[in-house]
Amino acid sequence: MNSNTFIKELSALVGSEHTLTDRESLACYKYDSTPEMEGMPDAVVLPGSTEEISRVLNLCNNAGVAVTPRGSGTNLSGGSIAFSGGVVLQTSRMNRILEIDEENLTATVETGVITSALHREVEARGLFYPPDPGSMNISTMGGNVAENSGGLRGLKYGVTADYVMGLKTILSDGQLLATGGKTVKNVAGYNLNDLLVSSEGTLGIFSEIMVKLIPKPQTKKTMLAHFPELEQAALTVSKIIAARIIPATLEFLDKVTIKCVEEYAHVGLPLDVEAVLLIEVDGHPAVVDEEAAAIRQICERHRCSYFQTAATPEEALKLATARRVALSALARLKPTTILEDATVPRNCVAPMVKLIQETARKYNLTIGTFGHAGDGNLHPTCLTDERDKDEIARAHQAFEEIFDATIAMGGTITGEHGVGMAKKKYLPKLVGEAGIKAMRIIKGGFDPKGLLNPGKVI
Amino acid sequence: MDYEKLINCMRCGMCLPHCPTYKETFLETGSPRGRVALVRKFREEELSMSDQFLDYLSLCLDCQACASACPCGVNAGELVAEFKCEKKGAEGLSFMEELILRRLVPHPDKLESAIAPIRLYQRTGLQKMVRKLGLLKMFPDALERMEGLLPKLPARPLRQTLQEVTPAVGEEQGTVGFFLGCVMSLVFSEASLATVKLLSSLGYKVITPRKQKCCGAPNVLGSDRDGLLEAARFNTDLFSGYDLDYIVTDCGGCGAELKKYGNHLQGDDKAAAFSGKVRDISQLLFERAEHLKMKLNPVNIRVTYHDPCHIAHCQGIRREPRELLKMIPGIDYREMSEADACCGSAGTYNIGKPEMSDKILKRKIANVRDTGAEYLVTSNPGCLLQLKKALEGGDKTVKVIHLTELLLTSMNMALPQPPGTPCL
Repeated sequence: MNSNTFIKELSALVGSEHTLTDRESLACYKYDSTPEMEGMPDAVVLPGSTEEISRVLNLCNNAGVAVTPRGSGTNLSGGSIAFSGGVVLQTSRMNRILEIDEENLTATVETGVITSALHREVEARGLFYPPDPGSMNISTMGGNVAENSGGLRGLKYGVTADYVMGLKTILSDGQLLATGGKTVKNVAGYNLNDLLVSSEGTLGIFSEIMVKLIPKPQTKKTMLAHFPELEQAALTVSKIIAARIIPATLEFLDKVTIKCVEEYAHVGLPLDVEAVLLIEVDGHPAVVDEEAAAIRQICERHRCSYFQTAATPEEALKLATARRVALSALARLKPTTILEDATVPRNCVAPMVKLIQETARKYNLTIGTFGHAGDGNLHPTCLTDERDKDEIARAHQAFEEIFDATIAMGGTITGEHGVGMAKKKYLPKLVGEAGIKAMRIIKGGFDPKGLLNPGKVI
Repeated sequence: MDYEKLINCMRCGMCLPHCPTYKETFLETGSPRGRVALVRKFREEELSMSDQFLDYLSLCLDCQACASACPCGVNAGELVAEFKCEKKGAEGLSFMEELILRRLVPHPDKLESAIAPIRLYQRTGLQKMVRKLGLLKMFPDALERMEGLLPKLPARPLRQTLQEVTPAVGEEQGTVGFFLGCVMSLVFSEASLATVKLLSSLGYKVITPRKQKCCGAPNVLGSDRDGLLEAARFNTDLFSGYDLDYIVTDCGGCGAELKKYGNHLQGDDKAAAFSGKVRDISQLLFERAEHLKMKLNPVNIRVTYHDPCHIAHCQGIRREPRELLKMIPGIDYREMSEADACCGSAGTYNIGKPEMSDKILKRKIANVRDTGAEYLVTSNPGCLLQLKKALEGGDKTVKVIHLTELLLTSMNMALPQPPGTPCL
C-alpha cells in the first residue's frame, strides 16, 4: 500500500482531525520524557474507542506498519518513541471512567484515563486506588499498566500489577482479547493479565482496564527525621520493618539532594546531615498513633538529629515539601536531567547509596539520590548538559557500573520506569539467555510480524 | 532568545494537565512542552516558520499555568511570547498595530475619546436597537464578539474624576501610589473606586498620578517590545517622582507587568525599585487583615473565586484573595475545581481565537456552577469582561464582581441580613 492511500484509510477510520501528518506535529511526537532520545513517526492517530483502536491495528497489520502506543508521553525509558517510524497511537481521547462498582470494589476505566482523575473519583466515595507514580497528574492508566508503575506508596500497597483485575487488549491483528474479571479468585487458564502488565506495548494495546479498589485509610501521620550518618538512616528503615510496621511511605533524600532542596526551597534542612527520611503511616487512628510513637523511638535510637511529627494536615504538607520538590530542585541545576530507577533489596539501600556517591566522584559527576527507601527503589539523578558530550559519556559509564552493582546485589535495573529502549542493553545481564528466549517466544506468539512497539524491551 | 531556556525543558510533561489548550486538544502541539519543542526545533533549523508552525504557537493563551507547574522553572508561555516579539521586532509593526499600540494605547486621552462613541451608543438606546435588529450580523464575527463583551460603561472614566490625592482616614499608615489600569478606569471604575476607598479607610494616603500611561501589557500581546519599554520607562519616571511606600494596582494584568519593569529595563535601578514596590491590592489588604477584619459586616452570600492567570501564575498570589473573602462574616466560601485555570479571555484571545476560547470558557462556567455560588469574585478586568458576559443574566445568573467591590460592600453594610438574601 502506498503511503498516501494508507494515510487516507487511517484518517477514514479515526477522522481526519484525529490523524496528524504535518511536519510540525510529527516533530512534536519525536520525544517522550526520556532524555537524549528521539524518533520521528510517519503519522499520529488518536482513536476514540476500542473499535477504532482495533481497526487501526488491523489496518497497520495488513500494511506492515509499526505502531507505537502512547498515553501522555511521560515514559522514562523511550518506550513511547517511534524509533522505526510508523504510527504513534495516542490514547488520550479515551478518558472515561466507565464504572465504579462499590459492591465488588472495582473501577473500570478507558485506557486514557489520567491516574489522578481516578484517585479523585474513588476517594470521593471513600475508596482508594493506591498506585501513585510521580507523574500521576498526567500519566494514563494504560501507560501505568503497560509499565507496571509504582510510586511512593509501593512499600505498603504494592504496584499497579497488584491492582489489575481485568483488561481489554487489542492484539496486533486488531482482535480483542478480554482477560480477568471481577472475581478475586480466577485460575482459568494462563494468567494473561499478569503477562500483559508491564509488557510495555509490545504485546497489545489496552483499551479498557479494571482495577481493584480498597477502603480509603481513615487517617495518616507524617514524620520527618534527619540523620547525620547514612548507615543509621538505612538501619532505621530496616528496623522499622523489623518492628512489624509497614509505613505507607518511607522516602529518602541523600546529601546532594538535601543541598539542592535547601538552596532551592529554603525549607530549613541542615546541610551537615547525610540523609533525611520522610515517613508516613496510615490506617486506624489508634494503630497510627502507636506506630508513629514506635517509629520515633527507632529513629532516636539510631541517632537522628531531628524528628518531627506533623500535628495538622498543613504541617504534614510542609514536612513533605523537601521530598516533593526533590526532583525540581535537582532538575533546575543543569539543563539535562537523567533520572534512573535502580532498585535493590531493602537491606542494600545504604551500600547502594554509598556506591552511587563513589561512582559520581569517580566520574566527576553530580548525582543526587532520592527515592523510595522502603522498597529499595532509588532514583539516582544525574545532572548534566546534553551539549557536553564528554560528561554525557561519563554519565552513561557511571550508570553502567551502578546497574552492574544493582544486579550483583540481587536488585533490578528498573523498578518502575520500564526497559523500553534505554535499558534494553542491560536486560540480558539481568534475566539471562533463558529469560530473553522466553520473552522472545511470547513476543513472537502475540505479534508475529513484530509491529507492536518494535525494538523495545528485547 | 537564550537557547539555554529552551533546553532546560526536560519534557517531563508536568505542564500538560495544567494547560487549558492541551486539556481541550490532547495534542502535543497544543501543549507547553510541544511549544517549547517547536521553538527549539526552529532554532535548531529542523522546522521553518510555516503558517502551520505559527498557527500552533498562536493557540497559546500565555496564561502561564505551565510555568506554575514546571519543575525546572521553564516558562513556556513567556518563551512563546518572547519568540513572537523577536519575530515582530524583525518584521516591524503593521499599520493597524502601529495605530493601536503606539498612537492609541499609550495616550489615555485619545483612548478615552476613542471609547466615548461606545458610551453614547449604549446610552442613547442605539445598542438596544442594533441588537434587536440583529445588525451586528452584518459585520465580521470579531466585531460582534467585541460588542457583546462590553458591559455598560460608567458615565466617565475614573481617571478623569478621581482626585490625584485621596487622604488617609484616621492615622496615616503610609503613602500608596495607585496604578489605575486602562480597562479598570474605562469600564470597571466602580471597582477601582472601591480599591481607593478601602486603602484610604485603612489609613493609606492614595496618590493616583493623573499622567500615568498604560502599563505596556497590550504591547506584549501585540509582540511590540519597544512600545513596552517606552511604557515602562515613562511610568517608572513618573512614579519615582513621588515618595511612595507601595505602588498598588487592582488589575492583575497591570500588576504582573509592573513587577517585571525591573527585568525589562536591566541596569535601571529606578525600575527595579519601582517593581519592588508593586503590590496587588489583595497583598496589601491581607497585610492589614487585622484592621480590615474589624471593619467588615456580614454579607450572607455563597461566593467562589476565580484566579486570574496574571495573579495566580504570573504573580504567585493565591492565598491572599481567598483569606480576604473568608474574613467577611457570613460568607459561604466555596472553592471551585480548576480555580486557577484560564477563563479563555487572555487579552484578546477571546476575539482572535473564539472557538478555543469558548471551549475553555465552557469548562470554567461548569466549574463555577458546580459550586452553587451566587457570586463569582475575581480581580482582573479581562476575566471580569469574559465571565460577566457568560454568567450574568438569565435565571441561573451568577454575579461577577471584583474583590474590592465585595470588601467595600461588606464594610458599608450596616445591618446583618437574613441568610440567603442577595444583597449587592
